[in-house]
Amino acid sequence: METTSNALIRVEDVVKVFPNGVRALDHCSLTIHKGEVVVIVGPSGSGKSTMLRSLNLLEVPSSGRIFFEGNDITDKKTDLNRHRQKMGMVFQHFNLFPNMTVLKNLTLAPMNAKGVSQQEAEATARRLLDTVGLGDRADSYPQQLSGGQKQRIAIVRALCMQPDVMLFDEPTSALDPEMVGEVLEVMKQLARDGMTMVVVTHEMGFAREVASRVLFMEAGKILVDTDPQRFFHNPENPRLQDFLSKVL
Amino acid sequence: MDLTLLLAGNGLMEAFTAPHGFFNFSFLPKYLVYFGQGVVYTLLLSVVSVAVAVIPALCLALMRLSKNKLVRGLSGAYIAVFRSTPMLVQLYIIYYGLFGVGGIQLPNVYILGYINLAQFIPGVVALAMNSSAYVAEIFRGGILAVDKGQMEAARSLGLTQWQGMRFVVLPQAIKNILPALANEVVTMVKESSICSVIGMMELMWGAKTVATTTYVTLGPYVFAAVIYFCINFPASKAIEAVERRMRRGDNQ
Repeated sequence: METTSNALIRVEDVVKVFPNGVRALDHCSLTIHKGEVVVIVGPSGSGKSTMLRSLNLLEVPSSGRIFFEGNDITDKKTDLNRHRQKMGMVFQHFNLFPNMTVLKNLTLAPMNAKGVSQQEAEATARRLLDTVGLGDRADSYPQQLSGGQKQRIAIVRALCMQPDVMLFDEPTSALDPEMVGEVLEVMKQLARDGMTMVVVTHEMGFAREVASRVLFMEAGKILVDTDPQRFFHNPENPRLQDFLSKVL
Repeated sequence: MDLTLLLAGNGLMEAFTAPHGFFNFSFLPKYLVYFGQGVVYTLLLSVVSVAVAVIPALCLALMRLSKNKLVRGLSGAYIAVFRSTPMLVQLYIIYYGLFGVGGIQLPNVYILGYINLAQFIPGVVALAMNSSAYVAEIFRGGILAVDKGQMEAARSLGLTQWQGMRFVVLPQAIKNILPALANEVVTMVKESSICSVIGMMELMWGAKTVATTTYVTLGPYVFAAVIYFCINFPASKAIEAVERRMRRGDNQ
């Protein structure tokens, strides 16, 4: 049992080897505290998405352990669904349910996973929709929305479960450039409201402005884990220097 | 045999009048009822069999997609057995084995006056068991065609695997499944003809009975073929049209 008071997620020596032999995570350890905004950057194929997807066990680690709120969620006896309810996730391709209206997308999990009444779930959904400026879209279907709108809805869908942490997997990578801003704005607001966030992104501006910690990954390893000031202005790691010189 | 050769060889008149004449439909006025009843029997048998196959097929498909090796293997074995042995053999084994002497005994109850449930039910069981192996693959394909991210999104929200299937994946898979399922009914309309060998009074049995009763040896089968064609060809065309329209809806 984890006892450290404000450690929300603790990753202990996690290795992930895919069936095709690719070693996506190579002995990674990481602690995420309540209220932190942790941004993970790195070249494509560095394992950063796998890292993020391991946190709620969408990828099951080959070895190592992951604790969430003190519970070992890699333990088969743990009720994973109950913990996932507390970990919101936002995907690169939104993954809204196309067969349901926006409102249904937002109320499905609260009603069926948490057992919230329809009335309460819809009230929460409408309130949160308003906060992202999409209050008039409750009865639309996902295909009627722009990419930026879809991603804001996807964020709201995760928020409707009132999670303790939000995981973002390249949330702006599939968006047209003019829609990136509206999604980042919602994420910044979330950070200001004190939400614990783990964000995989290529948006260096977001990392610099919002992150409390920035991680650099390469070849399945966390090479750098530091504050944004030092990360961007004083990088010591030569691999990171090389990476920054290419993306900045 | 080439139709023109046949006509030339026998003479045009013979094609219409001889016992083996291709167009000898002289039995029709008196025996049309056999074909009428046969068509109803065939359609009922096909639709009911595929309908009965749907639930076991869904179970087989979900088992096939399970992470558990044993569960996956069981389903795979069932599908392999029913797809790799002739339907006729399956029919005999189920009819004489499961429902034969020492097996399940059904009372002779007639619906519509001529459909004996003691025959109809074993027929449905045999066709449905066979069909479920094929429909399972239809379901599996339909489920796999739904983007993987859909189930991931459902699971990330804390929904169970089954809830994700029920609320998210299956409703989307249905769109891929329905046309294929309709095609399975068309296949079944043809396949069910083998039930004539156990005396089920469907269309093929009607044709055979008329042929042996009237000694008109070819015409009844030709007539049966025409009926099968008139059912299945428009049906497949209609399914194709519906499928095209559904696909167009997707791209919007």
